[in-house]
Amino acid sequence: MSDLGQLLSDQIRAAFTDLQPLVIRGNNSKAFYGNTITGQDLDVTGHTGIISYEPSELVLTARAGTKLSEIKEVLAQHGQMLAFEPPSFGDATLGGTIACNLSGPRRPYAGAARDFVLGCRIINGKGEILKFGAEVMKNVAGYDVSRLMTGAMGTLGVLLDISLKVLPIQQQRSSLRIEIDAKQALNLFSDWRQKPLPITAACHDGNALTVRLAGSTSALSAAKNKIGGEQLAYSTDFWQQVREHEHDFFKDERPLWRLSIPSASNINIEGDQFIDWGGAQRWLLSKQDAKDIRSIVENAGGHASLFRGNKSDIECFHPLQKNMLTIQQLLKKAFDPQQILNPGKMYNTL
Amino acid sequence: MKNAIDKQKLIRELSAILPNNSLLHKKEDLSPYECDGLSAYRQLPMLVALPRDTTEVQAIISCCNQHHIPVIARGAGTGLSGGALPSENAVLISLAKLNSIIDIDKNNLQATVQPGVRNLAISEAVADLGLYYAPDPSSQIACTIGGNVAENSGGVHCLKYGLTVHNISRIKIITIEGQQLTIGSQAMDAAGYDLLALFTGSEGMLGVIVEITVKLLPMPESTRVMLAAFDDVEVAGTAVSDIIADGIIPAGLEMMDNPAIRAAEDFVKAGYPTDAAAILLCELDGTIEEVTEQTQRVHELLSNRGATEIRIAESEEQRQQFWKGRKAAFPAVGRIAPDYYCMDGTIPRKKLPWILKNITELSDQYQLPVANVFHAGDGNLHPLILYDANIPGELERTEEFGGRILELCVEAGGTITGEHGVGMEKINQMCIQFEDAELEQFHAVKKAFDPHGLLNPGKAVPTLHRCAEFGAMHVHQGKLSHPELERF
Repeated sequence: MSDLGQLLSDQIRAAFTDLQPLVIRGNNSKAFYGNTITGQDLDVTGHTGIISYEPSELVLTARAGTKLSEIKEVLAQHGQMLAFEPPSFGDATLGGTIACNLSGPRRPYAGAARDFVLGCRIINGKGEILKFGAEVMKNVAGYDVSRLMTGAMGTLGVLLDISLKVLPIQQQRSSLRIEIDAKQALNLFSDWRQKPLPITAACHDGNALTVRLAGSTSALSAAKNKIGGEQLAYSTDFWQQVREHEHDFFKDERPLWRLSIPSASNINIEGDQFIDWGGAQRWLLSKQDAKDIRSIVENAGGHASLFRGNKSDIECFHPLQKNMLTIQQLLKKAFDPQQILNPGKMYNTL
Repeated sequence: MKNAIDKQKLIRELSAILPNNSLLHKKEDLSPYECDGLSAYRQLPMLVALPRDTTEVQAIISCCNQHHIPVIARGAGTGLSGGALPSENAVLISLAKLNSIIDIDKNNLQATVQPGVRNLAISEAVADLGLYYAPDPSSQIACTIGGNVAENSGGVHCLKYGLTVHNISRIKIITIEGQQLTIGSQAMDAAGYDLLALFTGSEGMLGVIVEITVKLLPMPESTRVMLAAFDDVEVAGTAVSDIIADGIIPAGLEMMDNPAIRAAEDFVKAGYPTDAAAILLCELDGTIEEVTEQTQRVHELLSNRGATEIRIAESEEQRQQFWKGRKAAFPAVGRIAPDYYCMDGTIPRKKLPWILKNITELSDQYQLPVANVFHAGDGNLHPLILYDANIPGELERTEEFGGRILELCVEAGGTITGEHGVGMEKINQMCIQFEDAELEQFHAVKKAFDPHGLLNPGKAVPTLHRCAEFGAMHVHQGKLSHPELERF
């Protein structure tokens, strides 16, 4: 457990002077994600440790290099969890998780990684160590830089410490499986969304719908009666496989696309789909042309990222409108004037 | 700052954009806009524009940008930090006429509305579908959703349901160049940087919001509120931690101290125990089964912690009755003093006894009484300082006292504002919460959107010079802040 903030800041200051692009690296569990870039390695794995954790305050602060597995374990000892259910993809660090804004099956019902970020300490592209937000639930002092950092893939700053809101684990859980097709599943998701049901995950794996419930024993039994279906054995394993992409669906050679679209959308694209997030996140295995996929998804009000199987000639993330790209480029310069932090990782020109 | 164009010429140009009666320039027409909810700060704007649609907003902003005229956006003017305070050389854009609900998407649980739609009007419009919009600032009858986004408004149900930033998915804004930009999407996230989070709570400094897509939630099956009385404020604070440590996240968890209880009881007769040192209001919601189980459990926890009285609302009428006193707390306090000043710091909950003790000491020192209303679940304090603006020097003393409370919040590891925003009011305290490099980073962010500093200038983020001046009055531990800067 050590604070490498100053050391990392010195490295960035030197890179700023030398105009040396840096590639920020944690445990490399998501090396597949985003555009492939080159530069000098900036290793943050040594910057580790839980700095503070107050179960009754529902707040945990940890250094970016801390392993997600360690954080989950400490939280579980106090009956708490990271409610956005982030994937580990092997041995992810907290920093990488927040930098990529990755959330698991509970996302539609609890919120995304960005929703739980309360504050952070970062190093900007000039090597300055800056602190934004705090360890409290409500804070509107200054622009919300902490959430801006979430999902920015390190291109606006190197994450040092992150404060997160944590939540109690609901002890009683149960999963149900209903054998219906994808279209029927989307209709059911839509129907359930409008009702106060204790749902914490809902997906369709191509063959059947699976829904997870959590709450008190009596609430679960009432909800099971309303929903129907068969009780799923080994349900913890099932949701872990979904979260970690270990489910059979993901064992495939085709490029894996992540489609983020309005939950109730019906879209038709050649390939196989795994519907998660109650319809709002669709995993697509397809060899179809990137342009075609993106055009269909964009028409449905969403965006498509090439999650795994990136190729040098395709931007991994959905292209931005020109005026939006311009403003994002200006923002990048505001944090990283020499464009040395993970340049090109998110978009070629950021 | 001197404007590059004279007022008459600007009136002529804007009159060509707007219909009759939509551009105000006479003193008597401007005066309703001289302040927002923080009425201690007043200033007439140069002009007030009342556009009817997005195209008119775009044209006004383009015109102002061309002539380097500052622009200040205003919703219902209920903000409590002077965020919509005009400046004498600025055009104030009131978004009150952009008040249509554009679309309700039941299947995706979203509503798309214009910025002038009132917060409560959204919930009312979707009530028939069994849906509602969760954030509920106490001004929700009057405040507009555009203002809510600009301030990242909270309310009593934030602990469970989050702030505005958690409950919107897309906004459309007009940049200072007059371009429309869509931020976020109707999906659960959008490509690129999270500008939606950056814009939420940005206090009109980065763009003018002209459309908002909010998330809707199904109304909970059951809602129940409990009232617990304590003879010690500290014990009441510990009871809050007991509930949360037990794994229960109440929909609302509010605390009032004795002066606030008495003021509220005198005003609305909510039936509060006026001899209690503090009361807690705990609202639980969810499925019928869940609420029943949690009510029992919370009752046990409160009782074990030494509550002197516990009541459970048995009907909707009674639930409303319990809330009535809390919701009327501000006006109730307004009745017992000529003026009151509402603070908005947030602290880690465990620091509650420490800060209350300090506030009591400061109250004695400044000879100004305080009533405390507290979003206890999420650590957001609203100390209400009672004063009389007609007594010379009392407002200044109140502001100084308020500033000291906010500094204590920063010292406790919290923040100077939980939900009301910085605006004009807390701009000096920003110098305490942030270091120079952090403030400079904020200015760099603003510059990316607003290179000439025309959007709501002078609010939310202080200049380093301002901090230097403030620091000169505020020497900490013998150290002068910003020694590198000139003094004037």
